Amino acid sequence: MIPMNHYLLLSAVMFIIGAAGVMTRRNAIIVFMSIELMLNSVNLTLVAYSAFLGDVTGQVLVFFVMAVAASEAAVGLAIIIALFRRKQTVNLDEINLLKW
Amino acid sequence: MTFEQIMFYVLAAAAVGSALMVVLQRNPIISALYLILNFFCLAGIYLTLHAQFIAIIQILVYAGAIMVLFVFVIMLLNLGDAQALKAKLTWQRMLAVVLVFGLLMEIVYLFTMPEATTAVLDVDRSIRIGEVEHIGTQLFTKFLFPFEITSVLLTAAIVGAIFLAKKKLD
Repeated sequence: MIPMNHYLLLSAVMFIIGAAGVMTRRNAIIVFMSIELMLNSVNLTLVAYSAFLGDVTGQVLVFFVMAVAASEAAVGLAIIIALFRRKQTVNLDEINLLKW
Repeated sequence: MTFEQIMFYVLAAAAVGSALMVVLQRNPIISALYLILNFFCLAGIYLTLHAQFIAIIQILVYAGAIMVLFVFVIMLLNLGDAQALKAKLTWQRMLAVVLVFGLLMEIVYLFTMPEATTAVLDVDRSIRIGEVEHIGTQLFTKFLFPFEITSVLLTAAIVGAIFLAKKKLD
């Protein structure tokens, strides 16, 4: 029997790796993939609680998170394509139009 | 150690390792492939929680649909080794890593409280919950309104993506 906090700790570690990726990487696509990693770790938490508490709501929520992640990926990658067409780069340090 | 436990710990180690590789790799294509591996590991972990429907959806939607989109965009923009960005280790990035480590400690503290460590898995009940029949019933009764809103969200996302990726952006 695997205790529930092992699932929760795994998801915490994955969330932290994703957060570190968002904050330290400068490639827009890798930042995006780190966000997917964070969404997935939250999904794992929801499924773990759902299974251990015997409540289906968590798994329904995961379903909605996946729908949001799919639309987020579509819109985000379209933004990256539009940015690349305009500036010929995906380096987030060089995309500073809205900074300051 | 039962088979279930061995499966969980192997998959957990693989998931953490592949997540680290996603963040540490310089080449985005290799990052994307490691992310797909991470999604497969997570699908296996969902199976140890008896969430069959979520495991299958994870592979279909994440590893199948979303990652194909990612790989397609990386190939389209030709972000190979030539585009590998130089990541300087500035003080901001060091600070980010330190802060993130602090956040990890907080979450670990939260998750090792007795409520989380003493919960036991009711196997019969969790198997029944993970079935597509049970999730579908909930989705079309209790969660019908959010479900319909999801379709609006997806439509808006499709329209937005087409508009943003158009050649002329006035």
